Amino acid sequence: MPPATVKSAYLAGIRDGAPFIFMVVPFALLFGVVATEAGLTIGQVMGFTVLVIAGASQFAALQMIVEQAGIILILLAALAVNLRMAMYSASLVPYLGAAPLWQRAFAAYFLFDQPYIVSIAKFEIAQMTVRERMAYYFGTATPITPFWISMSYVGALLGASFPPEYALDFALPIAFIAMVAPMMRTLAHVMAAFTSVIVSLALVSLPSGFGLLIAAVCAMVAGVIVEIWQEKRA
Amino acid sequence: MTDAQIWTVILLLGAGTYLIRFSFLGLIGNRPMPEIVLRFLRYTPVAVLPGMVAPLVLWPAATNGDPDPARLMAALVTVLVGLWRKNVLLAILAGGVTLAIGLFATGQV
Repeated sequence: MPPATVKSAYLAGIRDGAPFIFMVVPFALLFGVVATEAGLTIGQVMGFTVLVIAGASQFAALQMIVEQAGIILILLAALAVNLRMAMYSASLVPYLGAAPLWQRAFAAYFLFDQPYIVSIAKFEIAQMTVRERMAYYFGTATPITPFWISMSYVGALLGASFPPEYALDFALPIAFIAMVAPMMRTLAHVMAAFTSVIVSLALVSLPSGFGLLIAAVCAMVAGVIVEIWQEKRA
Repeated sequence: MTDAQIWTVILLLGAGTYLIRFSFLGLIGNRPMPEIVLRFLRYTPVAVLPGMVAPLVLWPAATNGDPDPARLMAALVTVLVGLWRKNVLLAILAGGVTLAIGLFATGQV
């Protein structure tokens, strides 16, 4: 494996990950602002941002800290929000599983939504070696992570002086929709997405994270059923 | 909640989240997975993200859970442009512009 192609895979990852800076900046700012307003110190805000590095679960934990929920309950709820990442972890095994353990251990730290979704979209269509895939994956995390951390810090400094949010909350849904729409390659993918939406909406009253997990499993089953059905017809 | 309790949450949540991420990638490594499992896993992104986004689109926390025409339109335009052009950045741009126009038109900005 010549190093040149590994380097170009890393650079390609940076290029494909860079647009998500626009999604991460408002989300990180918002976390810094909201957490500071909730009474967390800057050290605690940065602790969340660097050690947990999973926005949605950080907001969930914050909400429950404000509500004075018990530590066990907070942990269960926030970890449930992150359980989807176990599915991410499993779905990357066919592509990255052959890499050395230390690389996989390092990769696990960066396994949040954006590097995962950018990388899996690439791996599904591109012929790459494991080293190139790993380089690409770290490339996608490279532009995003510093902005996530630094903008949380800026948000924490601004705190309550930040102007009322101009729909900053909606940067996340728009970016995720934009990432998923081009993945609708087959009827099976469309049916999986459709099932995910319906079941998730139906179960929205469950504690955060649980409904999504059930929805995701139903959606995978729906996708595979449609796939098998189409294979039989063909 | 005391500082020590908040730090306990941060440290345990950080460790737990890391273990979730490490789980399969770290422990299975390059041992082959059964074909049927791989089949299910191929649908992971399209199974997780739409369900994650749908409640945020229909019942945004920023409007106290009331459906908001500006956000609904922005989500719809993002889906359509994403399906049509297969271009993530273009879809984000189209959705963002639609949201800005919608927020202005409904007097939210």
